[in-house]
Amino acid sequence: MLQRLSAAGLVLGGAAAAARVRYDRGDVGVAAPRERPQTRDHRVPDASDLPALSVAKNESEPEALVRKAITALGGMKRFVSRGDIVVVKPNIGWDRTPIHAANTNPRVVAEVVKLAYDAGAKRVVVTDASCNEPNRCFQRSGIWKAAYDVGAEVVLPAEHRFRGMRLKGEVLDEWPVYTPLIQADKVINVPVAKHHNLSRYTAAMKNWYGSLGGRRNRLHQNIDVSIADLATFMQPTLTVVDAWRVLMRNGPQGGNIADAKEIRTIVASIDQVAADAYGCQLIGRSAEEIPYIRMGHERGLGTMHWKDLRWVEV
Amino acid sequence: MSIRVLVWVRRVSQAGFLALFLYFLFQTGFRGSFASAETAVRLPLPVEAFLLADPFVAAMTLLSTHTVYRGLVWSLGLLALTLVFGRVFCGWICPFGTLHHFFGWIFPSRYLRGNKRVESNKTAPRQRIKYYLMYAFLAASVAGSAIGGLFDPICIAVRAIGLAVIPAVQYVFGVASFVTGQAGVRPLQSATDVAQDFLAQTVWQSKQFYFHHTWFIGILLVAVLFMNRVIPRFWCRVLCPLGAFLGVFARFALFGMEKDHAKCTDCNLCLVNCQGADSPQGGVKWRQDECHMCLNCESACPEDVIKFRFLPNRKGTITKPDTGRRTAIASAAAGAAIVPAARIADVIDANYDHRVIRPPGSVEEREFLERCIRCAECMKVCPNNALHPAFFEAGVEGIWTPILIPRIGYCEHSCVLCGQVCPTGAIQKITEDQKLGLGQKPVSIGTAFYDQGRCLPWAMATPCIVCEEFCPTSPKAIWVEEVTIPRRLPIASEDGKEPEMTTVHVQRPHVDPSLCIGCGACEKVCPVQDKPAVYVTNVGETRSKTNVILLEDTNYNRPG
Repeated sequence: MLQRLSAAGLVLGGAAAAARVRYDRGDVGVAAPRERPQTRDHRVPDASDLPALSVAKNESEPEALVRKAITALGGMKRFVSRGDIVVVKPNIGWDRTPIHAANTNPRVVAEVVKLAYDAGAKRVVVTDASCNEPNRCFQRSGIWKAAYDVGAEVVLPAEHRFRGMRLKGEVLDEWPVYTPLIQADKVINVPVAKHHNLSRYTAAMKNWYGSLGGRRNRLHQNIDVSIADLATFMQPTLTVVDAWRVLMRNGPQGGNIADAKEIRTIVASIDQVAADAYGCQLIGRSAEEIPYIRMGHERGLGTMHWKDLRWVEV
Repeated sequence: MSIRVLVWVRRVSQAGFLALFLYFLFQTGFRGSFASAETAVRLPLPVEAFLLADPFVAAMTLLSTHTVYRGLVWSLGLLALTLVFGRVFCGWICPFGTLHHFFGWIFPSRYLRGNKRVESNKTAPRQRIKYYLMYAFLAASVAGSAIGGLFDPICIAVRAIGLAVIPAVQYVFGVASFVTGQAGVRPLQSATDVAQDFLAQTVWQSKQFYFHHTWFIGILLVAVLFMNRVIPRFWCRVLCPLGAFLGVFARFALFGMEKDHAKCTDCNLCLVNCQGADSPQGGVKWRQDECHMCLNCESACPEDVIKFRFLPNRKGTITKPDTGRRTAIASAAAGAAIVPAARIADVIDANYDHRVIRPPGSVEEREFLERCIRCAECMKVCPNNALHPAFFEAGVEGIWTPILIPRIGYCEHSCVLCGQVCPTGAIQKITEDQKLGLGQKPVSIGTAFYDQGRCLPWAMATPCIVCEEFCPTSPKAIWVEEVTIPRRLPIASEDGKEPEMTTVHVQRPHVDPSLCIGCGACEKVCPVQDKPAVYVTNVGETRSKTNVILLEDTNYNRPG
């Protein structure tokens, strides 16, 4: 009798205690504390005697152009120190082969990887969060093989590699971010310059779409602000714009060889806004026409007046 | 070789074939490679090999299409093996049978001990059911439907493990690694990351796959495995049409059992582990068509009653299945009747469901039903998780045939893997050039339509066109119209009047049905989350001459 009573009492008491500890008063809408945005700034200090933007032309091989452009900025050693973990972020968004110019040219990617290793990088990771099926994009873009052949670690996007981060931008508040891109000492953005039907031009700043997971298609409603938010979140060490073959129409995916044109240019810059401001001229646009470049300029991420920078053409 | 050794050889063979089956299943998916950009993407292994070696599949499709499709000639090898050794496939090779064998051994029932267990392994009339099922399915094939694939053991193993077990284990693993990740312990995190990477490269893929009503497929697997606790090898003895098919041919086998009834002491040890319930004990005739050749009886017999040998005398043997002629005819008639019964329902001719989007390279619907064995190889291999087992979308006859659900995944433009792994040619082995339409019309599996009441630029004066960006055809089937339209500001005016108006510039998307291939990329990426503003239906599919919209595509105007 006593035993039963005490057992029942114990169970009841335990239930009451659990309810007391885990009681949910149902308060919603409590103002969350304003946290500082989690940004990533990988820039190296500006050197007053070296150019901030270089344009390389007149070579028959893309590799030679890459070398020329980066040498003009003072060489890769300016950006990569011994023992660095370097992330190279090409555009590997689409299931297209190099001839379509929808992804970064694999030879450009391989050359950047090689230069980073030569400058003393411990590890060079090549990765992107693709739009089409990743395995196919990485293989058919030629980047998987080209980067692997020069010793890069090629990381394919998998679901478990995305982690929610507080970007606290104007439209990008919290978003799943692709962790291999943020676990790095140095980040080199290697976009391909292309026409883009919604944002008109895509290269450096737009390439950070490949650092997001989740349903990023929603961002198209306000594409310019979201690109500016992403560029605020991620400031790369170096931007190398591949304009070897440029998609002039039907971007960003293309698909018709006739849509691409050989321009045989590489633009390298420490200023991603300036890189886009210069690059959009290649497809017959000007920086004033492209809202996200202007926003980047106004936010102080870089300058849209690239001519005001120290720049060289080699 | 002593019989004990032979029993161990059998166990090794079972484990090896089950491992090979699972390895092929794990490899049924594209994980990329270091091949150059121009290399055609194909799987390096014949991952559908077990299905190609399945003579029941070959027989069904032979009866329905009057042809033996490509790799299915390998099933002759299994038939030849059966003509020499009887149903040795069931006891030594079949991965699904091995699963049942294994589960019966791992989870024995308390209620099946001693005499009950011996009784449960005696030949029972219920074992005829599988023959009647097989006759019904073969007759259904003659009538034009390979619906027997529902019951083929290899199909079930691929379907249930591939679509239910693997994704479920992956899901649990994903949740577990998320929880360990939340703990924030660095070494633990990197350990789960390494494990995730390894498993994504070997067992599953780098993303979680979801399959339409796969819970049902999973429950059926659990149920049929559970039945081993009630009747050992329930599936193999009572339901398996492939076992029945091999049982019919086992009568010609050159290898078999001889019994010396005089020596038998009725100890029933031979029945304790009998797999096929084929009457190995003395005093009754051995049932050659039921025996799995597991050799447990000879191994258990203390008196040397049982001997397996080549060209045995058949005095103590019943070679033919113990089926009644009338029942066999009745079940065949019932099987044949399934087809008209299913077809006079509205689903094929009168009210074809718009959701039945078949994989690229599929043959026309009636021929598709003649060929598709519902093995789920295509669903397993689809890199975008686009192909799913239909429930009743394609009618009762189309259950578990593949349909594409674009909201979950779209058909990858340059991918032809589903045709590569299809064992019966329901999905033809098309090349990339055929699919993309290089020098010919591309393969279309449907057509996209806009729901202009839900589309952001159409209904809400908001820019979007993600669909246009993802449209893979060249020229794009989705084109945009540049418009400047009024938009009301969502702020009340100062003086309480209507909110102010402004104008915005948007691009309104349109579909060109003559260019659209129905891949569903637009539907997959549409940001209207619950019910997309652009959706694909199967009209305009290349495989049909009647399911068309445009005049120039009507069957009077199409060659071939």
